[in-house]
Amino acid sequence: MRKESESQPALSIAVIQSPHLGMADSVYIPGLAVGSPDFSIAPRHSAVVRVTHWIATLSFIGLLVSGIGILLAHPRFYWGETGGLGTPSIFDLPLPFMLGGPSGWGRYLHFESAWVCVLNGLLYVAAGFASRHFQKDLAPRKREFKWAAMWRAVASHLRFERFGEESALSYNLLQRIAYLGVIFLLFPLMIWTGLAMSPAVTSVFPALVTVLGGHQCARTIHFFGTIALLLFVLVHIAMVWRAGFWRRAGAMITGRLAVGKESL
Amino acid sequence: MSRSVSRRRLMTAGLAGAGGAAGLAVAAKLASRYGLIPPDWGGIYGPGETLTYACQHILTAHHSHAREFNRSEISKVAQVSGDPPRKALYQRLAARGFAEWRLAVDGMVARPASFSLAELKLFPSRTQITEQTCEEGWSFIAEWTGVPLAHIMNLVGVLPQTKYAAFFPFDEAWDSLDMQDAWHPQTLVAYAMNGQDLPAEHGAPVRLKVPRQLGYKSVKYLARITFTDTLKQFGKGLGSSSPEYGYSWYAGI
Repeated sequence: MRKESESQPALSIAVIQSPHLGMADSVYIPGLAVGSPDFSIAPRHSAVVRVTHWIATLSFIGLLVSGIGILLAHPRFYWGETGGLGTPSIFDLPLPFMLGGPSGWGRYLHFESAWVCVLNGLLYVAAGFASRHFQKDLAPRKREFKWAAMWRAVASHLRFERFGEESALSYNLLQRIAYLGVIFLLFPLMIWTGLAMSPAVTSVFPALVTVLGGHQCARTIHFFGTIALLLFVLVHIAMVWRAGFWRRAGAMITGRLAVGKESL
Repeated sequence: MSRSVSRRRLMTAGLAGAGGAAGLAVAAKLASRYGLIPPDWGGIYGPGETLTYACQHILTAHHSHAREFNRSEISKVAQVSGDPPRKALYQRLAARGFAEWRLAVDGMVARPASFSLAELKLFPSRTQITEQTCEEGWSFIAEWTGVPLAHIMNLVGVLPQTKYAAFFPFDEAWDSLDMQDAWHPQTLVAYAMNGQDLPAEHGAPVRLKVPRQLGYKSVKYLARITFTDTLKQFGKGLGSSSPEYGYSWYAGI
């Protein structure tokens, strides 16, 4: 069914591609086109996706700001088990050493944000599997696993082609890979490397840190994971901006998206 | 129809809210009873701090050991944090090799006592090679020798209602441990580092070693240990001087 939907008018996209039938607001009847004849309102994001998206946004800001605060106490990175002033680093960030400053509240805020992020993430992942959101909307489709299709997706991004209206209602291959990679690889890696720096947690599960190569390896990988997450967020915002920021951000708040018929 | 739906929703939400509040109240009671609430539980960061402490307290309840290392892994350079106390008393004791220094042990104990450095060195000792991880991010491995705090606790007879051991040094950086960490076999009153007397910058004459927590819990320049069932009367009542400077009381991270 999905295969046909992409060339269909918006109304049928709204019906067929509604990823969250039964999960959206009960007030809203999925697939029902309302409003002027020029556009129809399509359901876009389920309530769970919307709420967890914005909680994740807040917790990410908390984690990033506090992470920078902690980093400023010692903006120097090592590889292996130990490292400190007087021992060789693998790289030094051009930042000042700020002692007794932001790393205190930074830690309080970092772990509070981490709890919010993890609990929120667990809810999102559980709901995503239960509603088959991951399987239906995010798992790359079989026909996309052909080289030509992948190349087309990459090339169209590189050429900065205008997003088609179908992009408003479905995820393209690169989006699917990026979202799944962040959810199932990058976030678990951040939690793992974070816990690997805890002397209490590694007293119970020493392998958490030994397989990474030591405490300083965990810290350095945690830093690179932050860079990767930050890149993802920046590209994500840039793409939403290109696609029409207020319309797409609005869809992530209300769950609905107005889809123009003419543009299809 | 929409009205009945919204009424049902309202009732469900109300019931869920009431249930949630009751659940939270029960959880708080239970958490307090089982010692899962840290002394710095208040304020905006309290919920996260309480969750972290409660989880790690339960996780490490069976005396899990901090990782220990081989002699070959001992760091050649051990970064130092802070300077030795400038107080006249400390300077005078240091000038005479801490011969007149005594560690006072008091509070909720059957037999309050004080020990000289020579007496501590005669007690059963433990030597361990552990990593000191600073909250700033750096770390080093060293060999530490000292008396297990548990031995001293048995000597003075810590009373059953005791909940915390509070540690007071010659400077202002006092701290405390819950009983689980105080009884832990790797918690040392350490007088030697890498086979030598503890250097001044690493906490001479005696420092605490708590390898399951960040470095700042390993109080340097010890002068007194007090056992207590509440930390309210010390400092601002937050369990240590750390929260007064913005750092969490519990540092298992």
